[in-house]
Amino acid sequence: MAEMIATRESFSKVLVELGAEDPNIIAMNADLSASTKTDAFEKRFPERFINAGIAECNMLGMAAGLAHCGKTVFASSFCMFASGRAFEIIRNSIAHTHANVKICASHAGLAVGEDGATHQSVEDLAIMRDIPGLKVLSPADDVSARKLIRAAAAEDGPFYIRLGRAAAPVVYPQDAEFEIGRAVTVKEGSCVTLISTGCMLETVIKAAEELAAEGVSARVLDMHSIKPIDEEAIVKAALETKGIVTVEDHSVIGGLGSAVAEVLCEKAPARLRRVGIKDCFGESGKPAQLYEKYGLTVKDVVAAAREILA
Amino acid sequence: MQKDLKEVAAQVRRDIIREVFCAQSGHPGGSLSCADILTALYFGVMNIDPEDPKAPGRDRLVMSKGHATPALYAVMAERGYFPVEELDSFRKIGSRLQGHPDMETLPGVDMSTGSLGQGISAAVGMALAAKLDDAPYRVYAVLGDGELEEGLVWEAAMAAGHYKLDHLCAVVDNNGLQIDGPNEEVMNVEPIDEKFKAFGWNVLRCSGHDIDQLLRAFAEAKECEGRPTVIIAATVKGKGVSFMENNAGWHGKAPNKEQAEAAEKELGGEQ
Repeated sequence: MAEMIATRESFSKVLVELGAEDPNIIAMNADLSASTKTDAFEKRFPERFINAGIAECNMLGMAAGLAHCGKTVFASSFCMFASGRAFEIIRNSIAHTHANVKICASHAGLAVGEDGATHQSVEDLAIMRDIPGLKVLSPADDVSARKLIRAAAAEDGPFYIRLGRAAAPVVYPQDAEFEIGRAVTVKEGSCVTLISTGCMLETVIKAAEELAAEGVSARVLDMHSIKPIDEEAIVKAALETKGIVTVEDHSVIGGLGSAVAEVLCEKAPARLRRVGIKDCFGESGKPAQLYEKYGLTVKDVVAAAREILA
Repeated sequence: MQKDLKEVAAQVRRDIIREVFCAQSGHPGGSLSCADILTALYFGVMNIDPEDPKAPGRDRLVMSKGHATPALYAVMAERGYFPVEELDSFRKIGSRLQGHPDMETLPGVDMSTGSLGQGISAAVGMALAAKLDDAPYRVYAVLGDGELEEGLVWEAAMAAGHYKLDHLCAVVDNNGLQIDGPNEEVMNVEPIDEKFKAFGWNVLRCSGHDIDQLLRAFAEAKECEGRPTVIIAATVKGKGVSFMENNAGWHGKAPNKEQAEAAEKELGGEQ
């Protein structure tokens, strides 16, 4: 049984490490420090922790100002409020000015669970990835989250990093390496390709196992980098397998599925099925119940793969 | 000093008309209203060096009312950040003088602005950085009074008061007009002073067209400890050009040739 760690916890851990290494790092929050796990940084470096109060727009506006005075800023809130409420500040004050701000947003997707539709951000990848110059990451587990956040910290410029609330299995070995813009081939396969982002990796791995039991060899790609996206891996999958299933805890409009479709249409037309939220709002419930109701289970991924192969 | 700066401000106003006329686009009304404020800041207040526009210890200016680029660029050009002739490229394709200030293209612009409310928020972040680093630089932000209708202004004002940012000095260009008409008719922003006081700010008032008063207010702001300062500067939209004064119609409209010539004449330009 794999160890279970939420990627917001991974963020918390790596943020404290980074803070110890670089006195220039500032952590910001909007009254959610316990939820986004930035409280560990606050405890360790209180003088470099800035609470903006319940004011996400101003948090990110101030983040731009801090960044332009030489700080590396890690700003956190829930995906919903960081990306949705503060969209235009991210666009105009952060991305347009190439501010060195890493927006680390937790509580992605339906996996938020009981809080319901107002807190379930299933549009953030869509609205973040179309902002010029903003890189968008969506790590699957603890190891990849920690390493990708480190990679983002090492790079000058703005990032949106999507993190999960719920504990997720640690998929990768501690020494795994990750490159921004390069998908990880988690499993080789020749019949169909399953591409996941964020916490859906576990579901996709299980789907691949189920397909293997039926004699279907499924390739599994972890698309942790939504922008830049790994066009080469997508084209290769299109040419070498019979089609692609994308899987995301996000709307099928504008997220991973759309990003993959864009690449396929222009570079290597192929069959595609998008598993994700089908243009609707979520609701309260346990994450597993919501995944069942909204079609994000292993069964749904397997069914989509079968459609491709039919 | 006062006489010199008055002359500079008059030249800045002529530059504003020239920019907006050349571009046949831009915002003359709110630029003319803040010409004296910016002249005072760039020529009499801020610790800056046009030769070294990114010096870490410089004072910063955030043009939160970013549409007043004609005034900002005119003052910057007169101060030596770039050749005055470049003002003719304002708003044209490929120009460094974008419609709204762009720090990526034009050295000396401390923050890209244009979307109202965002400038003051970034300025608060800059003042916070100065405080964290115990650095001596000051941060100035120029806001429109209509801009005060944006909620983000008050989120920023609350944070500046909370963090006791005495490195921060905001100026409200209080000309009383916005695109759709008088503030009090569109959305009443008064009482501006009491609002800022309630957020923990030191509030000063002066004429926004009297350079001496402005210089005194900026000096007083610098002495204030433990609180950010806002200077509510009483101004006239379109100041200096009779047919533009107090006329919301000149918020974002370019003069034709005759109007530009008449404006320059009123502003003491050569005929």
